[in-house]
Amino acid sequence: MAPEPMTDPRSASPTAAAATALRPILGPAGRGLVLVPAFDEAERLGSVLSELARHSAFDVLVVDDGSSDGTCEVARRHGARCLRHPFNLGYGAALQTGYKYAARAGYEVVVQLDADGQHDPRFVPVLAERVLSGAVDACVGSRFLLGEGYIPPRLRRAGMILFGYIASVVTGRRITDPTSGYQALSRRVFEYFQSDVFPTDYPDADMLILLHRAGFRVEERPVAMRPAPGGRSMHSGLRPLFYVFKMLLSILVTLLREPPPRADA
Amino acid sequence: MPLSQRALVVGFAFALTLVIFELVRKRRLREEYSWLWLLFGAGVLCVSFLPFSWMKAIARALGSETPTAVIYFVGFIALILICLQFSVRLSRITEQIKNLGQQLALLEAERDASSAPPDEDGPEPQG
Repeated sequence: MAPEPMTDPRSASPTAAAATALRPILGPAGRGLVLVPAFDEAERLGSVLSELARHSAFDVLVVDDGSSDGTCEVARRHGARCLRHPFNLGYGAALQTGYKYAARAGYEVVVQLDADGQHDPRFVPVLAERVLSGAVDACVGSRFLLGEGYIPPRLRRAGMILFGYIASVVTGRRITDPTSGYQALSRRVFEYFQSDVFPTDYPDADMLILLHRAGFRVEERPVAMRPAPGGRSMHSGLRPLFYVFKMLLSILVTLLREPPPRADA
Repeated sequence: MPLSQRALVVGFAFALTLVIFELVRKRRLREEYSWLWLLFGAGVLCVSFLPFSWMKAIARALGSETPTAVIYFVGFIALILICLQFSVRLSRITEQIKNLGQQLALLEAERDASSAPPDEDGPEPQG
């Protein structure tokens, strides 16, 4: 009888085949993925990606949320893989596309980083390590724990303090930076976020509350942040009031809903 | 209610129902959206055939002086319900479009990855 041919166990299922196809640019050693949602960021993305490459060996995925300025080309020139939304779907949806990608490709940790250079890439390995070591399921970078770097103006801080207070009361833990998008998420978390439970509108404090209610361990770590160049941050402009209203509604809805069951629970 | 008024309402209700049927027949309006509008047209038709004394009685029971106010109020509520139903549909469609867009982006990446020449320690041959 002929010996059974050696088969790669990963190729047994369709998902495994997809994982092979999506497998990282840096080879199978890549356990982590840095997820960079970007919309019309061709100007700044390049410097963010080259700075990131100096501090992290993780694969990089840019999710181009329907840009018209060649964001994807910049990303590819810098060695990142780029997924392209056919049209603008919003920041939260771009994050979720990244989660879906990471889940298919079989990464163990996703670190999300803003494309406008707000997040200092030095902290990517720090946040990822907390998750990879199994200490926590989600590690959120807080700009208020380090005592250095950019602290936003008072009016914007007021909103952060309000949502930080609400999130702290709900989760029973001190949350200093509820609007931070600088986060490392474990595989269990981003698999959970693939479904419609993920708040794709503005994933901020409501996302932290959702994580807590679903029983994930969340922790804050100090990071440094910079002012968004050109002031084109998600939370600036004429939108703060609307944002506060929407966020309060979103938190309320998250609290009123039954926390959806986790796939692994 | 004067006869001219009643004729107007009956005519309107018939015309509305006819237009809806025609839209469904020409597939310009999906059946799943038509039933609410048909219900609306049928409602208007029913009201237009009610004897005026009944309408007065209904108005009085609802604490209104004139039956016209009641008709306006009921019509207003019906429109709000239809709008609400549209919002629910829109939310679902938004979610579906989002998922489609994401799926498209992921499939494109998969296609590009499998058509690209494998690097030296690339994926093993399948099968």
